[in-house]
Amino acid sequence: MIGGAQGRVVRLAETARAPVRFWFDGEELRALKGDTVLTAILLSARALRPSEFGPEDRAGFCLMGACQDCWVWPETGPRFRACSTPIAEGMRLLSRPPAPWPEESEA
Amino acid sequence: MSQTSQGARVLIVGAGPAGIRAAGTLCAAGLRPIVVDEGARAGGQIYRRPPKGFTRSPETLYGSEAAKARALHGAFDALVAADALDYLPRASVVALSDGVAQVLNEGRIRQVPYDRLLLATGAMDRVAPVPGWQSAGVYTLGAAQIALKAQGVALGQQIVLAGSGPLLTLLAYQLRKAGAGLAAVLDTSSLTTQMRGLPGMLARPAVALRGVTMRARLGRLYHSGVTLERIETDATGPVAIHWCDRRGRPRRTPCDMVGLGWHLRAETHLADLAGIVFDYSEVWAQWLPRADAMGRAGQGRYLAGDGLRILGADGAEIAGRLAAIACLQDLGLPAPDPRGELRSRARMERFARGLARGFPWPAQMVRALPDDSIICRCEGITAADLRAGAVLGGAEANRVKSLARVGMGRCQGRYCQLAGAELIAAGAGQSPQAAGRLRGQAPARPVPAGAYCDETGQ
Ligand code: FES
Repeated sequence: MIGGAQGRVVRLAETARAPVRFWFDGEELRALKGDTVLTAILLSARALRPSEFGPEDRAGFCLMGACQDCWVWPETGPRFRACSTPIAEGMRLLSRPPAPWPEESEA
Repeated sequence: MSQTSQGARVLIVGAGPAGIRAAGTLCAAGLRPIVVDEGARAGGQIYRRPPKGFTRSPETLYGSEAAKARALHGAFDALVAADALDYLPRASVVALSDGVAQVLNEGRIRQVPYDRLLLATGAMDRVAPVPGWQSAGVYTLGAAQIALKAQGVALGQQIVLAGSGPLLTLLAYQLRKAGAGLAAVLDTSSLTTQMRGLPGMLARPAVALRGVTMRARLGRLYHSGVTLERIETDATGPVAIHWCDRRGRPRRTPCDMVGLGWHLRAETHLADLAGIVFDYSEVWAQWLPRADAMGRAGQGRYLAGDGLRILGADGAEIAGRLAAIACLQDLGLPAPDPRGELRSRARMERFARGLARGFPWPAQMVRALPDDSIICRCEGITAADLRAGAVLGGAEANRVKSLARVGMGRCQGRYCQLAGAELIAAGAGQSPQAAGRLRGQAPARPVPAGAYCDETGQ
């Protein structure tokens, strides 16, 4: 798991929601319906993806769609922001772009 | 204008307190506005609603502001239910040109024509770099609050909140109440500075008192007048924060999460793309769009809420109504009398100026950042890169930007612009105002490849 095996996010409330199963870098993980992809991943992992400019990993920064720190990749299709995308049953997510997928335009 | 006044298409960007009240005022006058909002559910940041299926009550989520949150959400839901407006949630305006907005939604760009534009884009955390802040596990204060409200989670087990401003105390209070592990609350503003803001803050005594009470509940977790030195990290995130107390004694607080924020910064990217003029505000220590007290920016453009002036949620509701009234007046339609709202707005502004004075931007701390500090989190640009760029490019932000690439990363300068301007200005012995403003460019959000290709399904 990227950045170590322990999660970063701690649940404080709203625990009575339906469970959701998904995969991150091939590993099967659990979250709850209504979690964002960021919450779902960081419950089990320390980060979402490696940085492309330094040694540190990325785990989101603003959670409001402004910083673009929280990109993750589905196994097929373009990257998206983990902080503003809800997790869904069976999602297969990656911390790096899948090899043949072309990079999107930079803003 | 091609349309009659009654049929005028008013595009409202943002469905927080300002956007919702603007929409309500326009609908009441018989118009059918278009509301584009990035959120999945209307409410904005302060009154952000959790996804469907979450069960905490508004009282738990919004505390003393629960009644206002209920009223605001109810008002917007009623407009949607009555089909009184066109509502595009989970959508971003990425560009504006010749009366057409390009709206990104579900990976596709759609063209939305409009006659009048009302921007209610809100604000974001104003962040100053602290060495080590590029690490995973460092977030904005706003992020920690969104995590708590909209997800019911804490972003770490041992949390340090650092910065200054009303959100610092409020968030600390909310996190503790929810049972999160809070290690320290570090305020860079000294008690003396905070007292300077007090006369202004007394324009709203009840609000000021609520802040003081929350602060008191934090007890010895709260420290004023601190200087932040650095965030100590290992490969996965923060381990501790190093700081000096108000007497200059070095301290180290172990933590696994750091939240940073110095009050707020207006989100002005679309105002920039709309061609609105900006002025530097000494009070708010940032560039702000120019508009009259109603929010009128000329040529059919209106601004409301924290994206115009940081007046907070109550001020945003007032500003939303005022901007809509201005729009109705300009269309020659019957409009409510704005005088009462203008008086309330003036009181909000006195209070907000008090806050700005009492919880200032940490200019000296930024100017003293060591050369190897990362200024741009997106691309790892350091203070040294910027200082070198300023030597080559002169003290003009846009030239340094092209030399040092600061403000060209994914966040488009949203989180580095103010610190960058501070460093450039320091190098030239000037004020940040003299360094100028980084001009915004389209798209306002990154647009995936292919989004423009097949609007018509080809
Ligand atoms: S965390 Fe900033 S855009 Fe998602």
